[in-house]
Amino acid sequence: GAGRSGPVRFSRLLSPQAAMTKLGQWLCGLALLGSAWATLALAPPGLQLPAPYRQALLPLPVYLLVAFGCYSLATVGYRLATFNDCEEAAAELQEDISAARADLRRRGLRF
Amino acid sequence: MAAGGADKFSVLLPTYNERENLPLVVWLLARTFRESGNNFEIIIIDDGSPDGTQEIAEQLEKIYGSDKIVMKKIISVLFSSGTAYIHGMKHATGNFIVIMDADLSHHVSLHFIKQKEGNFDIVSGTRYKGNGGVYGWDLKRKLISRGANFITQVLLRPGASDLTGSFRLYRKEVLQKLMEKCVSKGYVFQMEMIVRARQLGYTIGEVPISFVDRVYGESKLGGNEIVSFLKGLLTLFATT
Repeated sequence: GAGRSGPVRFSRLLSPQAAMTKLGQWLCGLALLGSAWATLALAPPGLQLPAPYRQALLPLPVYLLVAFGCYSLATVGYRLATFNDCEEAAAELQEDISAARADLRRRGLRF
Repeated sequence: MAAGGADKFSVLLPTYNERENLPLVVWLLARTFRESGNNFEIIIIDDGSPDGTQEIAEQLEKIYGSDKIVMKKIISVLFSSGTAYIHGMKHATGNFIVIMDADLSHHVSLHFIKQKEGNFDIVSGTRYKGNGGVYGWDLKRKLISRGANFITQVLLRPGASDLTGSFRLYRKEVLQKLMEKCVSKGYVFQMEMIVRARQLGYTIGEVPISFVDRVYGESKLGGNEIVSFLKGLLTLFATT
């Protein structure tokens, strides 16, 4: 954008236009979670959590990824199975088309 | 007893080679508006169709009156929905704009008009909720549709269940504002409008619609469409 001289107006930071992009939100979220995980899981020997916690924490990202994958498959599968077929709407439409053609012909439309 | 007060609905129909479908769509729209007692106009924006679409539109203008049917021709090399809508809006005299495909994909049942009572800025037709749905789709097409929508929901969190359907009602000033802000082409443009609308704080209502596969003509959903959809989605992800 164009360069702005002077201090950033505080009101601009609060306006919707200053909101982060979705990509930005994802990167922030991942950075936060990632650094929290790294701090706890890869801490130096003196500051480590007890062993059981560390063992659970280390593979957590992979677990979450797999869980999300399962959730995605299940959700898309469910939505696919419940995708409505509009038989009535199609039948209605066919009737409407016949009525439309007849009426328009009567009113002088040359198809 | 005036049903809609001073409201007038302008329907924008971008057309390309819709000679078969256009009279039927116009007839259905005219009947629906007459039954609901609303004032309307239909603006046909044709991109130089070689099949006689414009000639049919002129006949319809004579039958329904030129206050109801307005024919606008554009001839542009880069015909996109966006161009057609911008052009159409210049001539729209209603305070609500309805956008729909000119082919018979959208079974015209204007719950919109009634739904409008929720005083929404935008009413969007959805195939995925309520008794909305499709007809004539095979399993593969349904899977792609649901899969694409799922990815869209995860990435964009748009607050609307169906972003790629294009049967919508907008307040005129809302549509004008959105058209200024949106830059995408094709149906990604439709998606961008909803995303931007949410950012700008407009209210969006949803209405189930039946998407009956094209009665005349072929639908296209090949590898190219999927790739361009993903590209568009990622662009929106990175820029909105």
